Formats: sequence, structure tokens, C-alpha cells
Amino acid sequence: MIAIVDYKAGNLTSVKLAFDAIGVEARVTDQADEILAADRVVFPGVGAAGASMHHLGELKLADVLRTVVARGTPFLGICVGMQILFDRSEEDGGTQTLGFIPGDVRLFRPTSPADKVPQIGWNAVRFQRTHPVFAGVEDETEFYFVHSYYPVTTNPADRVGLTDYAGVEFTSVVGRANLVATQFHIEKSGRIGLSIFRNFSRWDGQC
Amino acid sequence: MLTKRIIPCLDVRDKKVTKGVKFQNNVVLGDAVEMAARYYEDGCDELVFYDITASAERRPIDIDMVRAVARAIHIPFAVGGGISNLADMGRVLLAGAEKISVNSLAVAHPGIIADGARAFGSQCIVLGMDPVKVDDRARFPSGYEVTVRGFRERTGLDALAWAKQAEDLGVGEIVVNSVDADGTRNGYELALTRLIAENVRIPVVASGGAGRPSHLADAFTQGKADAAIIAGMIHTGEYTIPQIKRELIAAGIPIRKKW
Repeated sequence: MIAIVDYKAGNLTSVKLAFDAIGVEARVTDQADEILAADRVVFPGVGAAGASMHHLGELKLADVLRTVVARGTPFLGICVGMQILFDRSEEDGGTQTLGFIPGDVRLFRPTSPADKVPQIGWNAVRFQRTHPVFAGVEDETEFYFVHSYYPVTTNPADRVGLTDYAGVEFTSVVGRANLVATQFHIEKSGRIGLSIFRNFSRWDGQC
Repeated sequence: MLTKRIIPCLDVRDKKVTKGVKFQNNVVLGDAVEMAARYYEDGCDELVFYDITASAERRPIDIDMVRAVARAIHIPFAVGGGISNLADMGRVLLAGAEKISVNSLAVAHPGIIADGARAFGSQCIVLGMDPVKVDDRARFPSGYEVTVRGFRERTGLDALAWAKQAEDLGVGEIVVNSVDADGTRNGYELALTRLIAENVRIPVVASGGAGRPSHLADAFTQGKADAAIIAGMIHTGEYTIPQIKRELIAAGIPIRKKW
């Protein structure tokens, strides 16, 4: 079973419906025992880093996530669920985040007025290496993004995919052992997004 | 590079898509969920549904239809019409919509934008506006006045001033639907679209008047729009989305190529 972690970080309906569409059993849950018992964990998120960390703290889920990540359970972060895997975010006046992947999260500061913040829409990912969760996905495929902050990875080996926006090249797909995460919304990225969920549902966490 | 979005608009009544000119003479075009699924397969980037009779009939939005759409397509879609408060917004989002479009409601109660943005995030709140060209530059410096209730009522609001106010209140993007161009299929109102797009820092969606692929290219280049809404030109079968995309790519517009 796949656990979709519900930490009050936005609407999880679309994530659940995407797994339903590919016939994979997934449960939306905020219960530690269900997350610990899951074969795989999806960690979505919409909203602010500060509020997300606050909710994780209230639900006492930060250590639960640390446990499943440390023992090798396949783990998929999406959007804010990617951003808070890093060490810190500029959002909300500076927020210490989970620190599972070395790096930090910064605000887009466009120099051209044509670059709107947030970035909303479909943008291409340049894959830097192969990854089992992205098997069958062509290079330069466009995915659906909605975000004002972007991840900066410290370790080049963690960069699975890169995307350009507002004058920066940022890590749009990060991968480190059993952790994989995307800045874009897999659940809103059409048929190709569904294929990523299907790959994840079969992934053993090795790469 | 961020691509320009192509957004089919489905005006829905009783789960059927209809199309009229200037909100009149509506004819039934097909089943809303089936049409949404077809446009999704064809590679549209997003969809918008207006439950066009919900407000007039004073009934809430058709949540069952929103749920059915969310099961059928896995791209963002916005829903408008029949939303009268924060609880309605929450229901639509929980049913699987990505965004809520407010129009008349926001004019009557601008605070709903701020409340919605706080509760669900700015990215969920879209302002739809229906400006009409006017001569009175003293009252309307932009040259356009905002109308509501299907163009039937004037508001006294200047289109650009209202767009900026909505941005300050926290709206995530603005759909500029020209009353003058709507249904004509002679092209978007480019001057209006550009005026709004160059004066707000959030995405602007051109709407009203699309009849040919070149009209979308004009909206993106001359109109500075981030996205464009289309309706009649695809509903009638005259054009398909892949065909529109091919023409835009040939014109050098950044467009999503893989789906």
C-alpha cells in the first residue's frame, strides 16, 4: 500500500485520483502507524514551508518521515513536499526544514517583468541522468509547475532534472537513494504524470 | 522555458456544454465530461468550466460534475459560476478542481479574494473579468469598464484599476474576457489584454474572440498574455488542439509539445 501523507498542506484529492486512475491502492493518511506500515510513501504539498513544518510538528510526523526515509522505503516528494526535504527555505522569513537532502530553497527574483511569480504552467525538464521513476519519460518533457520558490541542490549527483525559469536553472527533480522528489505537480501532469506514479508504485527504492 | 497555455472553455448547463454569442442564443454542443476528456487527450494544457446557470438559478455549483471531471482528466482545471462563499470554494477544490474563478462575486464582495487566497492559496483563486470598451476616459482611464452578470450590468469599475486591486487582494491570475470580442471569432482584444498584462505581476489569460490559431499567437506576442482561452473554434470541430499547437510552434511560440 502507498501512504499519501496528509499534513494539512493542501488538497490531496488530485493525488489520490491519479493513483485511482492507474489502479494503484493509495491511502490518504495522517496516522503514524499507517505511514510506517506503508510499502511506499508519497509526500505532497501545496502552501507555505513555514505552515507545512508547523503542521508536521503538530502531527508529530517529522520523525516518522525520518524513520521511513532512513530505512529505505521508496519516498516521493511533490512541490512543497520536495522543498521541505532540503535544509532550509527562504519562505516565511527563513524556515528550517527536514534536512534529508543537502540544499536550500530560494524565492524567484525575476529581472524581467515578463517572468511572473509564481511560475504557473508547463515547463520542460532536462534530465541529467536516468532514474527508474522516470523510465520511459523523454528528455525535455513539459510538466505542470505552480511555485514561487525553487530548490538549489548542494550535491550535483542529487540533480536528476533541471528546469529554467526567471533567469535561474533550478533542480526540478531530485534523487538521492530511496528519495525522489519533483517541484512540478505529477498529479496534474497528464498521462506522463500518471506514468511516473506507475513507475513509483513498482520502484524498489534503488537507483 | 515556460510554455504558453491553451485553455478550452466549457460553458456548462445541466452537464451539457453550450456556446452562444455574448451569452445569448446558447446551443448544446455535447456532454461536459466527455468533451473535457477529449480535449485532455488532445493535449490541452488546462480547462475551465463555467456553470453558466448556477448563479441565475441561485443554486450551488454542480459538484458531481466537478468530481466526474477530476476523475477523467489529470491536468489543472478551474471552475466558475455558482460560488457564493468560502465553503463553496472549499467544496469545489476538494472535489478535485485546481482553481476557482470568481467574477460577479468578487465585484460585490472583494474581500472574498483575500479570504480565498488565505484559506487555499493565491494559486487557487482566479479573477474573471468582463470589461467593455467605453469612451468616458475621465471615469475609466483604461478605456474599459468592468461588467458583471453575463455583461448585463455595469459596475462603474475601471478594468485596470480593478485588476490591480484584485492583485493586491491576492488573486493568483486574471482572465480578461472582452465583452466586445466575445463570440465574434475576430481575435482577442489585444490592447486591453496587453494593458492588464503589463501592469500586474501575475499571469494574465486572454479570453473572448479566438477564431483562428493566429489569434492565439497575437494574444501571446502583442497581447503579452501567459495563456489563452478558446471555445467556439474547437467546439465546432473547425480546429483541433494539435492543429492549433502546430501552428503556434511554427510561429515560434513556446508551446507544450509532449503529452
